Amino acid sequence: MLRHTADRIPAVLRRPFVQRLSAIAVIAVIAIVIPAFFPSTYYYRVAALVFVFAIAAIGLNLLMGFAGQVSLGHAGFMGIGAYAVAIGPTHFNIPSWLSFLIGAALSAFVAFIVGRPILRLKGHYLAVATLGFGLLLAIVFVNEARLTGGPDGMLVPRPVLFGWSVRGTETWYWIAAISFVFGAALAANLIDSPTGRALRAIHDSEVAARVLGVDVAKQKLVIFIISAVYASVAGSYLAAFNGHITPDVSGFLRSIELVAMVVLGGIGSIAGSLVGAALLVMLPQVLTFLHDYEQMVLGLVVMGVMIFLRAGIVPSIAAALSRRRA
Amino acid sequence: MTILAIERLSIAFGGVRAVDNVSVSIDEGLVFSIIGPNGAGKTTLFNLISGLYVPQDGRVRMRGEDVTGLPPEQLARRGLSRTFQNLQIFFRMTALENVMVGCHRHETVGIFPSLLHLPAVGRQNARTRAAAAGALDRVDLSAAADKPAGNLSFGDLKRLEIARALATEPKVLLLDEPAAGCNAVETGELAGIVRGIADDGITVVLVEHDMRLVMRISDRIHVLANGRTLAEGTAAQVRADPAVIEAYLGVHGSQEAARAVG
Ligand SMILES: Nc1ncnc2c1ncn2[C@@H]1O[C@H](COP(=O)(O)OP(=O)(O)OP(=O)(O)O)[C@@H](O)[C@H]1O
Ligand SMILES: [Mg+2]
Repeated sequence: MLRHTADRIPAVLRRPFVQRLSAIAVIAVIAIVIPAFFPSTYYYRVAALVFVFAIAAIGLNLLMGFAGQVSLGHAGFMGIGAYAVAIGPTHFNIPSWLSFLIGAALSAFVAFIVGRPILRLKGHYLAVATLGFGLLLAIVFVNEARLTGGPDGMLVPRPVLFGWSVRGTETWYWIAAISFVFGAALAANLIDSPTGRALRAIHDSEVAARVLGVDVAKQKLVIFIISAVYASVAGSYLAAFNGHITPDVSGFLRSIELVAMVVLGGIGSIAGSLVGAALLVMLPQVLTFLHDYEQMVLGLVVMGVMIFLRAGIVPSIAAALSRRRA
Repeated sequence: MTILAIERLSIAFGGVRAVDNVSVSIDEGLVFSIIGPNGAGKTTLFNLISGLYVPQDGRVRMRGEDVTGLPPEQLARRGLSRTFQNLQIFFRMTALENVMVGCHRHETVGIFPSLLHLPAVGRQNARTRAAAAGALDRVDLSAAADKPAGNLSFGDLKRLEIARALATEPKVLLLDEPAAGCNAVETGELAGIVRGIADDGITVVLVEHDMRLVMRISDRIHVLANGRTLAEGTAAQVRADPAVIEAYLGVHGSQEAARAVG
C-alpha cells in the first residue's frame, strides 16, 4: 500500500531535499502572494505579527515537539531579545543590528547556564522550573527600571541598517516573512540530521537513546539553546516593529500563548507552528466584535481544537487527508 | 581473553538484594547466557553492567578497564550495547530511523552544518541509512524498514532492538529475553541471528527463559537465583546440576524440569 503511493509521487518530489523543504516552499509562495489580497496596511501588520510569533513557536516546537521537553518560560527569552534592541541603542549607543545579535547571544548564554540544571528535571518538574525562570526574568525587567523603564516599559529606537532606516508596516512584513521562512528551513534541516534523530529518540525513550550512545543531557541543552535563540529573535522583531515594549513581552501569559501555538498547530509540525501562531494572533482580532465575550469564545475555540483535532491542526488534517487517499 | 568482568557486584533495593556479590568473567566472542527464575536479578545485572544503575559494591571491567559507574552513553562509546526486556522503542520513528539512532556514536557532523544542511550532512545521512539498512537486514527486518515502529509486532520489535544495538557496532551485546513472545519458527530464526552475531566476533550476553534456545546456542551459562550465583558451566554441566533444576522449578518441578531441559 505504502509502496504504491510512493510510486505515484514524481521522482523529483521524492528527493530528500525537496521533501524536507516542500512545506516551507509552499509557505514561502503564500507569503509572497498573499499581500496582493491585503485591503489595508492593517493586514500587513497582523500578518507580520503572525510570522514573528511563528518564529518563536518554531523554536519552542523544536524543544517540545521533537525533544519532548516543555518550557513554560520561553517568553523570557523573547524578553531578552526585545530589551536588547531597546536598551542597546538607547543606553549604550550600540546599533540595533548589533544589539539584535547581542540579544541572541545573551539568550543562548542564559539558556546554557539555566538549561544545565533545569533540563535534568522531567515532566511537571521541568514545567514548573521553566515557569519560575520566566517569572524571574519578567521581574528583572520590571525592577531594573533605570534601564528598562520598569512596568511602563520603554520606547524602541527605529533600527538603522547601513544608513537605511527600517520603517513601515510593509517592510516589517517582508522582514518577518523572510525570517520565518529562513528559520523554518533551518529547523527542517536540523530535524533531518543526526541531532534531529537523537532528539526524536529522546522524546520516545531516554533510556534507549543513552544506551545507544546519545548524550541526552548535551542534546537537550543544545536544543534548549537553539530554541532560546529563536525566541530571542522573535522578541527583537516584536520590539522593533511595535516601537515600544513592556515587561509583558516576557510574561507568563506570553509563555503560555507560545505553548498554545505549538500545541494547537501541531506538536512536531513546523507548518503547524505557523498555523498555531496565525490562530492565536488573528482570532482575538477577528473576535473583537464580541467585546466582553471575546476571551471566552477564544477559550472555546482553543478547547474545541484540542478536543476534535487532538494531534493539533496540521497533523490532524494531514492524517485525515492521507486516510482519504488510501 | 576476558572482555567483560564483573567482580563481586551488589545492589539492593530497600531490603531486596537484587544482585548480591555476583562475579562473572566473560570471554570474547562467546554466547554467554545468564539464566535464573523470575526475580533472580538478571535484568538488574544488565542495568548495572550497562550503567543504568550504579552498583553499591563491586566493579565492572571492560577489557581490563574499570568502567564502574560510567553512564550508559560512555559505555556505548566503549562498545557496550543492549536490548530491553520491556521494549524501549522509538515508536514515532520508522524501523529504519530507530536503527539510524543506533549509528549516532559514529556520526560526526556538528550542529551548525546540520542547521545549514551542508553537503557533509547529506553524505552522513546516506552513510547512516546504509549502515542501518545493513543492520536491519541482519535481523531479517528489511521489509519493515519504512513502517512506523509502532505498527510492528512484538517479535519484530524485539529484533528491531537487536538491529538498533548492532548499529552501534558493539564489542559486547547484552540481550534481555530476545525470544519472549516469539513462536517456535521465530525463535529458531533468532538462534541463527544470535549465533551469527557471535561468529562475527561480538560477545553476546544472553538473558533468556527459553531453555531450548539457551541450551542450543550458549557456549557458557551462568545461573542466578535470588540475586546470587548458583552455578556456572557449559550447557551440559548446568543441565546436570541438581541445584539448578531445583532452583528453577522447586523440588516438585524438578522431574518436569529434567524433561524440559533434557
Ligand atoms: N528499580 C527497582 N526498584 C526496586 N526493586 C527492584 C528494582 N529493579 C529490580 N528490583 C527487584 O530486584 C529483583 C530482581 O529483579 P530483576 O528484574 O532483575 O529480575 P529478573 O531476573 O530480570 O526477572 P525476570 O526473569 O522476571 O525478568 C526483584 O525482586 C525486583 O522486584
Ligand atoms: Mg528481567
